[in-house]
Amino acid sequence: MMTYIVRRAGYTVAVLFGVNLLTFVLFFAVNTPDDQARLQLGRRVTAEAIERWKAEHGYDRPLFFNSAATGAARLTDTVFFNTSRRAMNFDFGRTNEGVNIGEEIRQRVVPSLLIGAQVFVLAIGAAVLLALGLALFRATNLDAVGVALLVAMMSISTLFYIIVGQFVVGRVLQLAPVSGFAPGSRAEAFLVLPIIVLVLSYLGPEARLFRTIFLEELGKDYVRTARAKGLSEWLVMGRHVLRNSLIPIVTSSGTLLPAVITSTIVTETFFAIPGLGNFTIEGITQQDFGIVRAMVFVGSVLYVLSYLIVDLVYTMVDPRIRLH
Amino acid sequence: MKPVLLWTDGVVLALLLALIWYARSVAKTPHLASTWRQAFRRPLGSAAATVLALFAIVGLLDCLHFREALPLAPGEERAWSPETLSALDAVLSHLRANHETTYSRPLALFGYEKQTITLADGRFERNYPRLLHAGTTLTGSGEALQEQWRKDVTRRSLFGLVAGALVLAALTLLAAFWHGLRMHSAAEAPRSALAAAVRAIARGQTSLPVRAVLITLGIVCLTAGPVISLSMQYHVFGTDRIGNDLLYRVLKSIRTALVIGTMTTLVTLPLSVGLGLVAGFVRGWIDEVIQYLYTVINSIPYVLLIAAAILLLIVFIDAHPDAFPTSAQRTDARLFFLCVILGLSSWTDLCRLVRGEVLKLRELDFVQAAQAFGVSDQRIMRVHLLPNVMHVVLINVVIRFSELVLAEATLSYVGVGVDPAMASFGTLINTARLELGRDPVIWWTLASAFAFLFALVLSANYFADAVRDAFDPRAARLGGR
Repeated sequence: MMTYIVRRAGYTVAVLFGVNLLTFVLFFAVNTPDDQARLQLGRRVTAEAIERWKAEHGYDRPLFFNSAATGAARLTDTVFFNTSRRAMNFDFGRTNEGVNIGEEIRQRVVPSLLIGAQVFVLAIGAAVLLALGLALFRATNLDAVGVALLVAMMSISTLFYIIVGQFVVGRVLQLAPVSGFAPGSRAEAFLVLPIIVLVLSYLGPEARLFRTIFLEELGKDYVRTARAKGLSEWLVMGRHVLRNSLIPIVTSSGTLLPAVITSTIVTETFFAIPGLGNFTIEGITQQDFGIVRAMVFVGSVLYVLSYLIVDLVYTMVDPRIRLH
Repeated sequence: MKPVLLWTDGVVLALLLALIWYARSVAKTPHLASTWRQAFRRPLGSAAATVLALFAIVGLLDCLHFREALPLAPGEERAWSPETLSALDAVLSHLRANHETTYSRPLALFGYEKQTITLADGRFERNYPRLLHAGTTLTGSGEALQEQWRKDVTRRSLFGLVAGALVLAALTLLAAFWHGLRMHSAAEAPRSALAAAVRAIARGQTSLPVRAVLITLGIVCLTAGPVISLSMQYHVFGTDRIGNDLLYRVLKSIRTALVIGTMTTLVTLPLSVGLGLVAGFVRGWIDEVIQYLYTVINSIPYVLLIAAAILLLIVFIDAHPDAFPTSAQRTDARLFFLCVILGLSSWTDLCRLVRGEVLKLRELDFVQAAQAFGVSDQRIMRVHLLPNVMHVVLINVVIRFSELVLAEATLSYVGVGVDPAMASFGTLINTARLELGRDPVIWWTLASAFAFLFALVLSANYFADAVRDAFDPRAARLGGR
């Protein structure tokens, strides 16, 4: 087990290195520091101003290989090495307005995680319950109507859920604040609406998938045996089918986790919640490469970590899995 | 008139040719033909395909671009209008030209906001302005105008319904002829053969679900009829902030959605299938490298990857204005690159699936036999493995279509989707969001965008289901995803 975790962690670091290299190429090789300086300072600037801007941001060295230096400094005295080393320590420098990006991220991670974690748990829970219900009534009209409804729900853009949710709950019924955020105990009031909206938008695809998983499990021999013993349908479903379906459910939940991270990015801006997603959108609209690059890195860390967690949970749920 | 081939037009037309070629090769391959027939044999699959085909026709019309010649003064050289139009614009010229000044409700005669109007005697008045292009034949005022409006709208709707019903009847007759030709020999009396065909269709006893297709077409005809008839005199879906007809904007959005849904997968196919085949078949360090590559790309949230790439693209287009002389070319280039970027960040799923399938296939006897005969690796991959993973590819392509169409809406909202000037469901929804906050509520932008996007994605989903069930019988037995 231990060696597996170590190996897996090693691979994670390798992947993060790859992510870092890729984003670096995207941000510095395609769009050189000179271009970025011009973007910030305007088109008509002197060569000295550009040099000064590059020096301020530490971009005045070669990108990958410093032929002027000697020894190890040939590789370390470069833009790539320095930005990577700082990124690994979650030090992303400052935004164009001079705000410390790392500090900003530390503050903003709380609301984002609150939304993400609750949406993930609630969406899976609701989908499992719904799918279980449909599987109980399989091959009836109720099941057919239910599946048709799920497909219809899948076909609605998340944006509609958000806009209509804000309009109905926030404006017409006035049950929850339309947007905004307050830290601490009042946070939940602001988070209720985004969480409900996101859970609804995931219900369609997830419940449909889980229903298939249940039906597949229902066709197996042990279910027939359980029924032959005279167990009630509820017991068969609850005790046997549900437990054995957990493995595929955990696997598919793993693929949901990144999706949740992505959609919180969009949702936060709609609800004006000062989370990581909102920060990213700010970076995009202000064309601030520092923010976007930092967020790509942080997002990838979250992704990779979530994959790692799913893998570990997987081994706990299914004792048959031998790790190597 | 000078034809213009935008980049995405070229891709779409190439795609159409490829589709025709594929259809012909399917027709020649009995087992593929029977599997496809299986997909269309389900009523829902056929109905969904019908709706998709209608969307595709609108989208294709919108892909034939041209620039009109400017009126020629004597001795002047021939010049072209800077505006790039499409065949769809030509068909909808009355919708495109009928600008109002600002918002108006669906079918309204008057504007949404009070404006200062100059009266005939030179005095000013704050009131709702009469729309310039709605109900121009109605001359009354006050109550009488309302009465006229009611009558006119009813008359036009009824006319549209009747026209729609006639088209539907013609289609039914056509279908009955076709079915009668297929089912009955020429020796039978033609009248009774036709009647038998109509009966078979009505009872749903045809081999392909003609009835479902006709019902779908019927719904489309009976809604499109009144809409078309009303659109001659009214803004059926209302107008947007700068007075554009919304029906026109929604119809223009279809092309964007279709291009994103199809072109993106087209970009991914060589990468995902090629790399998946090689990784699964050759294995060893190449497999490790490819796996590492897609894990890395998969580890970056795609919205962020796209945001970063689009940001770079905007800077690039700004820096090279002479490469894109017309605004249509600029917006089109952005759409093109959006598809490429979306594709480059999303080939990983299919690649993993193909790799897994090849890992299974390469142990099977026919591959082993081919290897024993000394067939080259390249040839094994092309001749023996590729056709056998095509069903995985196909299922993935149709399932991804609806996801991509929805993704466009989200990306355009975030500001990293298509150019804000381009008509798309994303840009429509984006504006609709702020409009809902106004009082009285402007709901028609959201409603019309929703109706079309929902119809498109829903039919795509149902079609994907039918295709998947036909090509993956195990899923069909379970009747789910």
